[in-house]
Amino acid sequence: MPALIDIRRRIRTVKNTQQVTKAMKMVSAAKLRRAQQAIFAARPFARKMLEVLNRMASRADPHSHPLLEDRGEGKVLAVVITADKGLCGAFNANIIRTVTRFLAERPERDVAFSFVGRKGRDFFRRRQVKVRSEHVGVYQALRFDHAREIAADLVQAFTSGEVDRVFLVHNEFKSVIQQPLVVDRLLPIERHMIRPEESGSELEYLYEPDPAAIFGEILPKHVEVQVWRALLESVAAEHAARMTAMDAATNNATELIDKLTLHMNKVRQAAITKEIIEVVSGAGSPG
Amino acid sequence: MPLPEKLDLEVVTPEGLLLHEDVDELIAPGKEGYFGVRPGHTPLFATLGVGALSYRKGDEWQDLTCFWGWCEVLPDRVSVLAALGERAEEIDIARAETALKRAEDRMKQIKDEDDYEETREAWARAVTRLGVARKQREHP
Repeated sequence: MPALIDIRRRIRTVKNTQQVTKAMKMVSAAKLRRAQQAIFAARPFARKMLEVLNRMASRADPHSHPLLEDRGEGKVLAVVITADKGLCGAFNANIIRTVTRFLAERPERDVAFSFVGRKGRDFFRRRQVKVRSEHVGVYQALRFDHAREIAADLVQAFTSGEVDRVFLVHNEFKSVIQQPLVVDRLLPIERHMIRPEESGSELEYLYEPDPAAIFGEILPKHVEVQVWRALLESVAAEHAARMTAMDAATNNATELIDKLTLHMNKVRQAAITKEIIEVVSGAGSPG
Repeated sequence: MPLPEKLDLEVVTPEGLLLHEDVDELIAPGKEGYFGVRPGHTPLFATLGVGALSYRKGDEWQDLTCFWGWCEVLPDRVSVLAALGERAEEIDIARAETALKRAEDRMKQIKDEDDYEETREAWARAVTRLGVARKQREHP
């Protein structure tokens, strides 16, 4: 039978851990709120951009741009977005599993990687994979500049013919309990994304420069916005996942504490009973 | 139809809504040169380059920085989408100064055309930032 003091010590340890997990949950909740706001803030920009793109497409030849050129799935670049930190449930593991499957589905293909986030990079560094670029520690102060930088690198890889397809692998933020994983084709830009609108009743604008030039200029920006959105989604999903994981950990700790307390009381009871029996039997025996 | 008296100016960046105000006049850094907009302007759609976006309310001028974007002008409404934009008070002067110095140093050892374009843009950004920030601080 374990000594009473050992059980007490154990309970104290679990309580301390519980305090940590509880605090982490609170922090994640606050960060999640901010991340959600960032997503909402980014939406109008993305929406407007697509609107303009569609309008220009009806005035320009939309199939002439290099970012729309489909060369088939030859060489592939996968952009893997994970977190920098762990302790967020299956968040990183899910991504890694999906990427591993993605690789297994393309055994013959030439697949290179671009990592955003420490966890994904660390995992695949131990495997023999081709790494094009890595971006670690961008989450501490995420700015649109980061997305620009990443997008510029991807666009360059695509237009130079180094790769023929660019995929984004990341967690999407649906809700606090739902963060589905998505594999999106980033480049070439899918044609059906751009629907030239029918011009008719619309106002006649002056364009400076001409629509074709505007269209060509906006397409690369569209890629930046896509990358930016993926980063924001991933950040929100990470905090949501961590919040859920830490909530579960806190509950588990409560359960464990209850069990240990019960156990401790039983042990104490048994010790008292034993002492009473000893006293009684001592008193009962003839002196 | 009477001409509208105010412009409903909205500036949006990927990091959120930067500004939404009624203004009297606007000067925007178009890719092909600065242009001014007053209420009642004919519909215009223009891409913006690196520069200062100024707007007037009454007699008071305010500046924003703008690094690439575009601008949709309607008689009573202007929406600006800027890839990067800052208010004058948000600008870190010390950082802009180091960026300017770095760009000037790089200017002296340009390798090729891309390098030139990049350096020139970095230089233009730093100059714009400094210009906007200083103007604001001198005439608050």
